[in-house]
Amino acid sequence: MSSDATKGDRIRELMATEGDAVAENTRGFNQGRYESTGRLDDYEELKAEARGIKEDAIARLPELIEEVRRTVEANGGTVYVADDAADANRYITELTAEERDADRLVKSKSMTSEEIEVNEALEAEGVEVVETDLGEWVLQVADEAPSHIVAPAIHKSREGIAELFAERFDPDDPPETAEELTMFARERLGELIEDADVGMTGANFVAADSGTMLLVTSEGNARKTVTATDTHVAVAGVEKLVPTVEDFSPFVELIGRSGTGQDVTSYISTLTPPVGSPVPDFEHDDGPLADGSGDDRDFHLVLIDNGRMEMREDEQLKETLYCIRCSACSNACGNFQSVGGHAFGGETYSGGIATGWEAGIEGLDVAAEFNDLCTGCSRCVPACPVGIDIPWINTVVRDRINRGEADPGQTDWMFEELVPDEEPGGLDLSTRIVGNYETLAKWGSRTAPIANRLSDAGPVRALAERVAGIDRRRDLPEFAGEPLVDWFEARGGSRVSADEAEREAVLYADTATNYVDVDRGKAAVRALEALDVHVRVPDLPGSGRPPLSQGMIATAESAAEDVYAGLATHVDAGRDVVVIEPSDLAMFRSEYEKFLPEASHERLAAASYDVMEYVFGLLENGADPSDLRAPAEGTGPVAAGKRVAYHPHCQARTIGVGEHATAVMEALGYDVRVSDTECCGMAGSFGYKHDYYELSMDVGEPIREQFGDTDRTVVAAGTSCTEQIDALLGDTPMHPVELVAPRE
Amino acid sequence: MSVADRSTFKRRLDSLGVTVTEGPESECAELIDEAAGDPAVGVALDAGSLPDRIETDPTTAELRAAHTGVTDAELGVAEYGSVAIEADGAGTEPVSLFVDRHVVVLREADLVPDMPDAFEWLGPRARDESTDVVFATGPSATADMGGLVHGAHGPKEVHVVLLREPGEDGSGESDATDPEVSADE
Repeated sequence: MSSDATKGDRIRELMATEGDAVAENTRGFNQGRYESTGRLDDYEELKAEARGIKEDAIARLPELIEEVRRTVEANGGTVYVADDAADANRYITELTAEERDADRLVKSKSMTSEEIEVNEALEAEGVEVVETDLGEWVLQVADEAPSHIVAPAIHKSREGIAELFAERFDPDDPPETAEELTMFARERLGELIEDADVGMTGANFVAADSGTMLLVTSEGNARKTVTATDTHVAVAGVEKLVPTVEDFSPFVELIGRSGTGQDVTSYISTLTPPVGSPVPDFEHDDGPLADGSGDDRDFHLVLIDNGRMEMREDEQLKETLYCIRCSACSNACGNFQSVGGHAFGGETYSGGIATGWEAGIEGLDVAAEFNDLCTGCSRCVPACPVGIDIPWINTVVRDRINRGEADPGQTDWMFEELVPDEEPGGLDLSTRIVGNYETLAKWGSRTAPIANRLSDAGPVRALAERVAGIDRRRDLPEFAGEPLVDWFEARGGSRVSADEAEREAVLYADTATNYVDVDRGKAAVRALEALDVHVRVPDLPGSGRPPLSQGMIATAESAAEDVYAGLATHVDAGRDVVVIEPSDLAMFRSEYEKFLPEASHERLAAASYDVMEYVFGLLENGADPSDLRAPAEGTGPVAAGKRVAYHPHCQARTIGVGEHATAVMEALGYDVRVSDTECCGMAGSFGYKHDYYELSMDVGEPIREQFGDTDRTVVAAGTSCTEQIDALLGDTPMHPVELVAPRE
Repeated sequence: MSVADRSTFKRRLDSLGVTVTEGPESECAELIDEAAGDPAVGVALDAGSLPDRIETDPTTAELRAAHTGVTDAELGVAEYGSVAIEADGAGTEPVSLFVDRHVVVLREADLVPDMPDAFEWLGPRARDESTDVVFATGPSATADMGGLVHGAHGPKEVHVVLLREPGEDGSGESDATDPEVSADE
């Protein structure tokens, strides 16, 4: 656990030093994304079009590489396909140092060039490299790594940059305001660009049909870099190829909106190099600008494989190649909003998609470093303009790490009974304990008084923290003595007979509802019965969410098969499946696609509803809202009041059922205030982990800010949200169905 | 060009802080003269003429010293307020970029509604003529130094001179027949 302690310390340090700047910027970008994409009439169609282009391009990649070689060479440029970083750097250093006799190379920000660490390679050969993107230049001056794909210096404050410039350049009149700092940088960089010999850029996209590259920038540094130098080296991953120039269009409309919330960036350069501009001669500047000197321009396109062609053959990692590096997944990520990219990824990439890139390019060990910062909240999924299921890639990598890095020395036999999973021996203990939560809960419920007392005892908590990394500051769930299924059976089944019922529903007794929060299960039964639904509460297996969150894919798959087996008869009989726990409904609707035959997944997904979505649907179809509990008049007890503060669950929002609760509560006359944060920060097991406890609480801070002093009744649907809000506000919120269900 | 697209284009430019002046081709030099600072360099236009004070065959030193650069644009994209500037042998790209103010001249006839139109226009040119085009939308900008600042590397200000179709609305210069614009302004 010693390496884990270092991980926790590092996260705490980053939160203290960079957290505020990162939070302000990423939350601003994320809000901008909502506003900018909200102005599009055809956002979903554009995303589908963009994804279609990437799918097609990656499928035809070898063919497109050959095509772009032909088109670039026909224009007088060269194409070099580099196997790996060393190969690319050798080509570029030979080109700049020998062929062009270059002293200085000016560079427009490019993640691909960060990936191959070309700056170091060039500097070793005596070539000065100057980053011209203002943020990237700040980092070069400060000798730091980027913390964000799009805005590399996002973690630096204005004051920090002012201090850095004053110290490093000792100017007579040190710049302080954003305007002064920008003009200071513009001037210095302008001079450096004028005297440069070679210009290097990345490429957001390259069209195979013409050799045209697309560069998306706002500052104009890429334009200056290309225009002012007579040799242009463009460095791009092979996955940047698209078939035609026309294919650029949807990406142009999506990339700025997705990343920083700009409708389009200031400059969208479409270059078919060598470009037609004259090369200004700043050394002998009394000659005419346009004297035909552009004729000797030289262009090299360096396409980098570095693991990408292998990723293309990997059914799971292949989707990573669709990534257009817009940073939406970073900005939408609760954890990223708190710590920034320096805590994510490994060598180069950051944010949600980083795990896929690092696994493909650097290897599993690098990807493993911070892979578990992905809590699976899934808010990045609808944010991604090419529809990559980023949490799934993280789960796959986690599963491979589980299998590949197992430590055979662990005393696994001690826990075989406790953890009856489908995983290979030697899996990390805390992973297995969390992954086998269902078994723990069953055991805890059976021995409830003892288990609850034990789990509260100081020495046990200390041991749990030391051995399994479970933070002792976090309250553990208290197991109920009588599971929901037993209660339902003891009361004699449904109060609404099947013959008289409007509909028949199976209430899915998820692990948390069945063994811990039985009250919300009882409330769901009452609410459905009040609306004339015949309810069944069969004993069904857990959904597989906890093992999935730990990357235990085989165990999760086995759970999916068991759940489907248990529900299939009910679905055949035309019964609806009503789910209380949003993360389980998200499993049925999304992740089960990976585990079940297509027809089975589709049938279950179509038959399953979130409980509030179901109530909403019943009301829409004529059920009488007065059968549910309306808000109490006057000032009465808070829990029965009219004013409600509601936090929608992250996964519920992703699958589009976050707002039904709001609609139902409002229909009944409640005054609802909805939280506006992506995720509460708890995400199942994540907030229990000792290393991530503070981070989890920090991610939840917006909820505390919004709801902390409220006199409103706080409601939240997910078990994790409930636990987190309890920790943040000191009060356990109720499930929306508990608010609207008639009293017992 | 439809009235709706012209109106959208102007509204977008306004929200980007870009000033627009309009008139017939015959008034082009006058409109540029009003918009350009001093000293100013430029590139000969396809449509309309430049005022005499614009240096159209500048030395690199004159480019460096210039406050304003005047170029034309090949195309405008109404929905985004973007103008397409071609990197040609005459120096349109450096003249539009290495200055504080870019005055860009666009014919209304060259306005298209949206991005797909722009890329359909570009595709054949890129394939057949290796055209290099930058779609510029407002001034150069950065937020890297702790606040939004214009003029990070490129121009701090952009001014669009929109040349009306001759005889389109009788006079070629009045806004009065453009109800959407009137309503907005």
